[in-house]
Amino acid sequence: MSIVDIISKPWPWYVAGPMISFVMFLLLWFGKSFGISSSLRNVCSIAGAGKYYKYFDFNWKKEIWNIIFIAGAIIGGYIASSFFQNLDPLELSNNTIDDLSQLGIVFSGELVPNEIFNIHSLATLKGFLIIVIGGFFVGFGARWAGGCTSGHAISGLSNFQLPSLIAVVGFFIGGLVMTHLIFPLIF
Amino acid sequence: MKYLKFFLIGILFGIIMTKSEIISWFRIQEMFRFHSFHMYGIIGSAVILGMVQIFFIKKIKFKNFKGKIIEFKNKKLGKYNNLFGGIIFGLGWALTGACPGPMYILVGNGYYIFGVVILSAILGAFTYGALKDKLPH
Repeated sequence: MSIVDIISKPWPWYVAGPMISFVMFLLLWFGKSFGISSSLRNVCSIAGAGKYYKYFDFNWKKEIWNIIFIAGAIIGGYIASSFFQNLDPLELSNNTIDDLSQLGIVFSGELVPNEIFNIHSLATLKGFLIIVIGGFFVGFGARWAGGCTSGHAISGLSNFQLPSLIAVVGFFIGGLVMTHLIFPLIF
Repeated sequence: MKYLKFFLIGILFGIIMTKSEIISWFRIQEMFRFHSFHMYGIIGSAVILGMVQIFFIKKIKFKNFKGKIIEFKNKKLGKYNNLFGGIIFGLGWALTGACPGPMYILVGNGYYIFGVVILSAILGAFTYGALKDKLPH
Protein backbone atom coordinates (compact mmCIF):
# COMPACT_ATOMS: atom_id res chain seq x y z
CA MET A 1 0.00 0.00 0.00
CA SER A 2 1.44 3.37 -0.98
CA ILE A 3 1.49 6.40 1.30
CA VAL A 4 -1.24 8.00 -0.81
CA ASP A 5 -3.47 4.94 -0.24
CA ILE A 6 -2.92 5.17 3.50
CA ILE A 7 -3.75 8.89 3.64
CA SER A 8 -6.77 8.35 1.40
CA LYS A 9 -8.47 6.00 3.85
CA PRO A 10 -10.80 7.70 6.35
CA TRP A 11 -8.83 8.87 9.37
CA PRO A 12 -9.87 7.46 12.76
CA TRP A 13 -10.70 9.76 15.66
CA TYR A 14 -7.41 9.07 17.44
CA VAL A 15 -5.53 10.50 14.47
CA ALA A 16 -7.85 13.43 13.77
CA GLY A 17 -8.28 14.63 17.38
CA PRO A 18 -4.54 14.91 18.15
CA MET A 19 -3.94 16.57 14.78
CA ILE A 20 -6.59 19.22 15.46
CA SER A 21 -4.88 19.80 18.79
CA PHE A 22 -1.61 20.20 16.85
CA VAL A 23 -3.24 22.82 14.58
CA MET A 24 -4.27 24.71 17.72
CA PHE A 25 -0.68 24.50 18.97
CA LEU A 26 0.75 25.83 15.68
CA LEU A 27 -1.60 28.82 15.80
CA LEU A 28 -0.68 29.51 19.44
CA TRP A 29 2.99 29.28 18.56
CA PHE A 30 2.48 31.81 15.79
CA GLY A 31 0.78 34.16 18.24
CA LYS A 32 -2.86 33.52 17.27
CA SER A 33 -5.77 31.65 18.76
CA PHE A 34 -7.79 28.92 17.10
CA GLY A 35 -11.31 30.14 16.32
CA ILE A 36 -13.14 30.20 13.03
CA SER A 37 -16.45 31.97 13.51
CA SER A 38 -14.66 35.30 14.10
CA SER A 39 -14.00 35.20 10.35
CA LEU A 40 -17.72 35.88 9.81
CA ARG A 41 -17.37 39.10 11.77
CA ASN A 42 -14.16 39.97 9.90
CA VAL A 43 -15.87 39.60 6.52
CA CYS A 44 -18.60 42.04 7.60
CA SER A 45 -15.94 44.46 8.78
CA ILE A 46 -13.96 44.19 5.54
CA ALA A 47 -17.19 44.87 3.64
CA GLY A 48 -17.55 48.15 5.55
CA ALA A 49 -20.15 47.26 8.21
CA GLY A 50 -18.00 49.16 10.74
CA LYS A 51 -19.40 52.41 9.39
CA TYR A 52 -22.84 51.41 10.64
CA TYR A 53 -22.30 49.20 13.69
CA LYS A 54 -19.69 49.40 16.43
CA TYR A 55 -19.30 45.61 16.58
CA PHE A 56 -17.67 45.66 13.15
CA ASP A 57 -15.61 48.79 13.76
CA PHE A 58 -12.13 47.42 14.41
CA ASN A 59 -8.86 47.09 12.57
CA TRP A 60 -9.64 44.04 10.46
CA LYS A 61 -6.21 44.14 8.86
CA LYS A 62 -4.88 42.66 12.11
CA GLU A 63 -7.24 39.71 11.71
CA ILE A 64 -6.55 39.03 8.07
CA TRP A 65 -4.51 35.93 9.01
CA ASN A 66 -7.86 34.31 9.89
CA ILE A 67 -9.15 34.76 6.33
CA ILE A 68 -5.84 33.42 4.93
CA PHE A 69 -6.16 30.40 7.23
CA ILE A 70 -9.65 29.75 5.88
CA ALA A 71 -8.48 30.14 2.29
CA GLY A 72 -5.93 27.44 3.13
CA ALA A 73 -8.64 25.23 4.64
CA ILE A 74 -10.69 25.48 1.43
CA ILE A 75 -7.63 24.46 -0.60
CA GLY A 76 -7.01 21.68 1.93
CA GLY A 77 -10.54 20.40 1.26
CA TYR A 78 -9.82 20.51 -2.46
CA ILE A 79 -6.52 18.65 -2.06
CA ALA A 80 -8.04 15.98 0.18
CA SER A 81 -10.94 15.34 -2.19
CA SER A 82 -8.85 15.46 -5.39
CA PHE A 83 -5.59 13.74 -4.52
CA PHE A 84 -6.50 11.65 -1.49
CA GLN A 85 -9.95 10.67 -2.57
CA ASN A 86 -11.65 7.85 -0.70
CA LEU A 87 -13.62 5.83 -3.24
CA ASP A 88 -15.44 3.73 -0.65
CA PRO A 89 -18.78 4.97 0.70
CA LEU A 90 -18.82 6.65 4.10
CA GLU A 91 -19.11 4.05 6.85
CA LEU A 92 -22.13 5.45 8.60
CA SER A 93 -23.64 3.51 11.49
CA ASN A 94 -26.63 1.39 10.52
CA ASN A 95 -28.76 2.92 13.25
CA THR A 96 -28.30 6.36 11.74
CA ILE A 97 -29.04 5.05 8.24
CA ASP A 98 -32.28 3.51 9.56
CA ASP A 99 -33.32 6.63 11.49
CA LEU A 100 -32.71 8.86 8.49
CA SER A 101 -34.50 6.56 6.07
CA GLN A 102 -37.57 6.74 8.32
CA LEU A 103 -37.43 10.50 7.80
CA GLY A 104 -37.11 9.92 4.05
CA ILE A 105 -33.45 10.93 3.85
CA VAL A 106 -31.48 8.63 1.58
CA PHE A 107 -27.92 7.78 2.57
CA SER A 108 -25.91 7.73 -0.64
CA GLY A 109 -22.49 7.13 0.88
CA GLU A 110 -21.43 10.70 0.16
CA LEU A 111 -20.55 13.37 2.71
CA VAL A 112 -23.90 15.18 2.56
CA PRO A 113 -27.40 14.26 1.36
CA ASN A 114 -27.39 15.58 -2.19
CA GLU A 115 -31.17 15.73 -2.50
CA ILE A 116 -31.19 18.47 0.15
CA PHE A 117 -27.94 20.27 -0.61
CA ASN A 118 -28.40 21.39 -4.20
CA ILE A 119 -29.29 24.64 -5.90
CA HIS A 120 -32.84 23.54 -6.82
CA SER A 121 -33.77 22.63 -3.27
CA LEU A 122 -33.10 26.27 -2.32
CA ALA A 123 -36.44 27.08 -3.96
CA THR A 124 -38.29 24.64 -1.69
CA LEU A 125 -39.35 25.50 1.84
CA LYS A 126 -37.40 22.58 3.32
CA GLY A 127 -34.23 23.35 1.36
CA PHE A 128 -34.41 27.05 2.19
CA LEU A 129 -34.91 26.26 5.86
CA ILE A 130 -31.93 23.92 6.01
CA ILE A 131 -29.49 25.89 3.85
CA VAL A 132 -30.36 29.52 4.52
CA ILE A 133 -32.02 29.55 7.95
CA GLY A 134 -29.57 26.88 9.17
CA GLY A 135 -26.60 28.93 8.01
CA PHE A 136 -28.08 32.08 9.53
CA PHE A 137 -28.50 30.34 12.91
CA VAL A 138 -24.90 29.13 12.86
CA GLY A 139 -23.57 32.64 12.18
CA PHE A 140 -25.91 34.47 14.54
CA GLY A 141 -25.60 31.87 17.31
CA ALA A 142 -21.81 31.60 17.13
CA ARG A 143 -21.36 35.36 17.43
CA TRP A 144 -23.90 35.72 20.23
CA ALA A 145 -22.29 32.83 22.10
CA GLY A 146 -18.83 34.33 21.51
CA GLY A 147 -17.43 31.42 19.52
CA CYS A 148 -18.13 28.16 17.72
CA THR A 149 -16.86 24.60 17.88
CA SER A 150 -13.23 25.68 17.41
CA GLY A 151 -13.16 28.73 19.67
CA HIS A 152 -15.37 27.38 22.47
CA ALA A 153 -15.33 23.56 22.26
CA ILE A 154 -11.64 23.12 21.41
CA SER A 155 -9.75 26.27 22.50
CA GLY A 156 -12.07 27.26 25.35
CA LEU A 157 -12.53 23.86 26.97
CA SER A 158 -8.77 23.21 26.66
CA ASN A 159 -8.25 26.34 28.75
CA PHE A 160 -11.00 25.46 31.31
CA GLN A 161 -13.23 28.35 30.34
CA LEU A 162 -16.65 28.23 32.01
CA PRO A 163 -18.32 30.35 29.28
CA SER A 164 -17.12 27.77 26.75
CA LEU A 165 -18.55 24.88 28.73
CA ILE A 166 -21.91 26.68 28.91
CA ALA A 167 -21.78 27.39 25.17
CA VAL A 168 -20.96 23.75 24.35
CA VAL A 169 -23.88 22.60 26.50
CA GLY A 170 -25.96 25.04 24.44
CA PHE A 171 -24.62 23.61 21.17
CA PHE A 172 -25.81 20.16 22.22
CA ILE A 173 -29.19 21.32 23.54
CA GLY A 174 -29.81 23.00 20.17
CA GLY A 175 -28.49 20.09 18.14
CA LEU A 176 -30.47 17.47 20.09
CA VAL A 177 -33.70 19.49 19.97
CA MET A 178 -33.31 19.97 16.22
CA THR A 179 -32.42 16.33 15.53
CA HIS A 180 -34.96 14.61 17.77
CA LEU A 181 -37.85 17.07 18.03
CA ILE A 182 -37.82 19.32 14.98
CA PHE A 183 -36.47 16.99 12.26
CA PRO A 184 -39.59 14.76 12.45
CA LEU A 185 -41.67 17.89 11.75
CA ILE A 186 -39.54 19.14 8.85
CA PHE A 187 -38.97 15.85 7.03
CA MET B 1 5.21 35.84 3.21
CA LYS B 2 4.14 36.68 6.73
CA TYR B 3 0.85 34.98 5.99
CA LEU B 4 2.10 31.90 4.16
CA LYS B 5 2.34 29.92 7.39
CA PHE B 6 -1.34 30.49 8.14
CA PHE B 7 -2.23 29.40 4.62
CA LEU B 8 -0.25 26.17 5.11
CA ILE B 9 -1.75 25.47 8.55
CA GLY B 10 -5.16 26.05 6.94
CA ILE B 11 -4.38 23.47 4.25
CA LEU B 12 -3.44 20.95 6.94
CA PHE B 13 -6.67 21.75 8.80
CA GLY B 14 -8.77 21.31 5.64
CA ILE B 15 -7.20 17.93 4.95
CA ILE B 16 -7.70 16.71 8.55
CA MET B 17 -11.35 17.81 8.58
CA THR B 18 -12.05 16.17 5.22
CA LYS B 19 -10.25 12.89 5.80
CA SER B 20 -11.79 12.39 9.24
CA GLU B 21 -15.24 13.15 7.76
CA ILE B 22 -16.02 15.81 10.39
CA ILE B 23 -17.40 17.88 7.51
CA SER B 24 -20.06 15.26 6.79
CA TRP B 25 -23.71 16.11 7.47
CA PHE B 26 -24.25 12.39 8.13
CA ARG B 27 -21.51 12.23 10.76
CA ILE B 28 -23.10 15.16 12.61
CA GLN B 29 -26.45 13.35 12.56
CA GLU B 30 -24.72 10.24 13.87
CA MET B 31 -23.24 12.34 16.67
CA PHE B 32 -26.57 13.91 17.70
CA ARG B 33 -28.13 10.43 17.66
CA PHE B 34 -25.32 8.95 19.80
CA HIS B 35 -24.77 6.18 17.26
CA SER B 36 -21.01 6.47 16.99
CA PHE B 37 -18.05 7.41 19.12
CA HIS B 38 -16.22 9.01 16.16
CA MET B 39 -17.06 12.70 16.72
CA TYR B 40 -16.86 12.42 20.52
CA GLY B 41 -13.48 10.76 20.20
CA ILE B 42 -12.22 13.56 17.99
CA ILE B 43 -13.50 16.42 20.13
CA GLY B 44 -12.58 14.61 23.36
CA SER B 45 -9.03 13.75 22.38
CA ALA B 46 -8.45 17.22 20.90
CA VAL B 47 -9.65 18.83 24.14
CA ILE B 48 -7.69 16.51 26.47
CA LEU B 49 -4.48 17.03 24.50
CA GLY B 50 -5.30 20.74 24.35
CA MET B 51 -5.57 20.85 28.15
CA VAL B 52 -2.21 19.11 28.55
CA GLN B 53 -0.66 21.41 25.97
CA ILE B 54 -1.95 24.62 27.56
CA PHE B 55 -1.00 23.38 31.03
CA PHE B 56 2.61 22.96 29.93
CA ILE B 57 2.66 26.18 27.90
CA LYS B 58 1.67 28.05 31.07
CA LYS B 59 3.85 26.01 33.41
CA ILE B 60 7.13 26.33 31.51
CA LYS B 61 6.22 29.80 30.20
CA PHE B 62 6.61 28.53 26.66
CA LYS B 63 7.46 31.30 24.22
CA ASN B 64 5.97 31.82 20.81
CA PHE B 65 8.02 32.12 17.62
CA LYS B 66 8.74 35.76 18.39
CA GLY B 67 10.09 34.94 21.85
CA LYS B 68 7.06 36.28 23.70
CA ILE B 69 5.34 34.30 26.44
CA ILE B 70 2.06 32.89 25.12
CA GLU B 71 -0.87 34.47 26.90
CA PHE B 72 -4.45 33.27 26.99
CA LYS B 73 -7.41 35.59 26.93
CA ASN B 74 -10.27 34.57 29.15
CA LYS B 75 -13.61 34.16 27.41
CA LYS B 76 -16.23 36.58 28.65
CA LEU B 77 -18.88 35.00 30.82
CA GLY B 78 -22.39 36.18 30.05
CA LYS B 79 -25.58 35.46 31.93
CA TYR B 80 -27.51 34.67 28.76
CA ASN B 81 -25.44 34.87 25.61
CA ASN B 82 -23.23 31.78 25.99
CA LEU B 83 -26.23 29.51 26.52
CA PHE B 84 -28.80 31.12 24.20
CA GLY B 85 -26.30 31.82 21.46
CA GLY B 86 -25.05 28.27 21.88
CA ILE B 87 -28.56 26.82 21.52
CA ILE B 88 -29.22 28.80 18.32
CA PHE B 89 -25.84 27.69 17.00
CA GLY B 90 -26.72 24.07 17.82
CA LEU B 91 -30.04 24.29 15.97
CA GLY B 92 -28.18 25.53 12.90
CA TRP B 93 -25.38 22.99 13.32
CA ALA B 94 -27.84 20.09 13.17
CA LEU B 95 -29.70 21.61 10.18
CA THR B 96 -26.70 22.36 8.00
CA GLY B 97 -24.55 19.57 9.45
CA ALA B 98 -21.71 22.06 9.42
CA CYS B 99 -20.13 24.44 11.88
CA PRO B 100 -18.15 27.35 10.39
CA GLY B 101 -14.94 25.42 9.57
CA PRO B 102 -16.67 22.62 7.65
CA MET B 103 -18.80 25.11 5.66
CA TYR B 104 -15.69 26.49 4.05
CA ILE B 105 -14.00 23.11 3.66
CA LEU B 106 -17.08 21.60 1.98
CA VAL B 107 -16.81 24.28 -0.72
CA GLY B 108 -13.23 23.09 -1.29
CA ASN B 109 -14.61 19.56 -1.57
CA GLY B 110 -16.79 20.72 -4.45
CA TYR B 111 -20.08 21.13 -2.54
CA TYR B 112 -20.58 24.67 -3.81
CA ILE B 113 -24.06 25.01 -2.33
CA PHE B 114 -22.31 25.54 1.00
CA GLY B 115 -21.32 28.93 -0.39
CA VAL B 116 -24.96 29.85 0.24
CA VAL B 117 -24.69 28.47 3.78
CA ILE B 118 -21.59 30.66 4.33
CA LEU B 119 -23.35 33.77 2.99
CA SER B 120 -26.30 33.03 5.29
CA ALA B 121 -23.91 32.62 8.24
CA ILE B 122 -22.27 35.97 7.39
CA LEU B 123 -25.74 37.53 7.29
CA GLY B 124 -26.40 35.94 10.69
CA ALA B 125 -23.18 37.43 12.10
CA PHE B 126 -24.12 40.80 10.59
CA THR B 127 -27.59 40.64 12.15
CA TYR B 128 -26.00 39.87 15.52
CA GLY B 129 -23.70 42.87 15.17
CA ALA B 130 -26.65 45.09 14.27
CA LEU B 131 -28.78 43.89 17.19
CA LYS B 132 -25.97 43.46 19.73
CA ASP B 133 -27.02 46.31 22.02
CA LYS B 134 -30.61 45.08 22.13
CA LEU B 135 -29.74 41.47 23.00
CA PRO B 136 -29.18 40.26 26.57
CA HIS B 137 -25.61 39.18 27.31
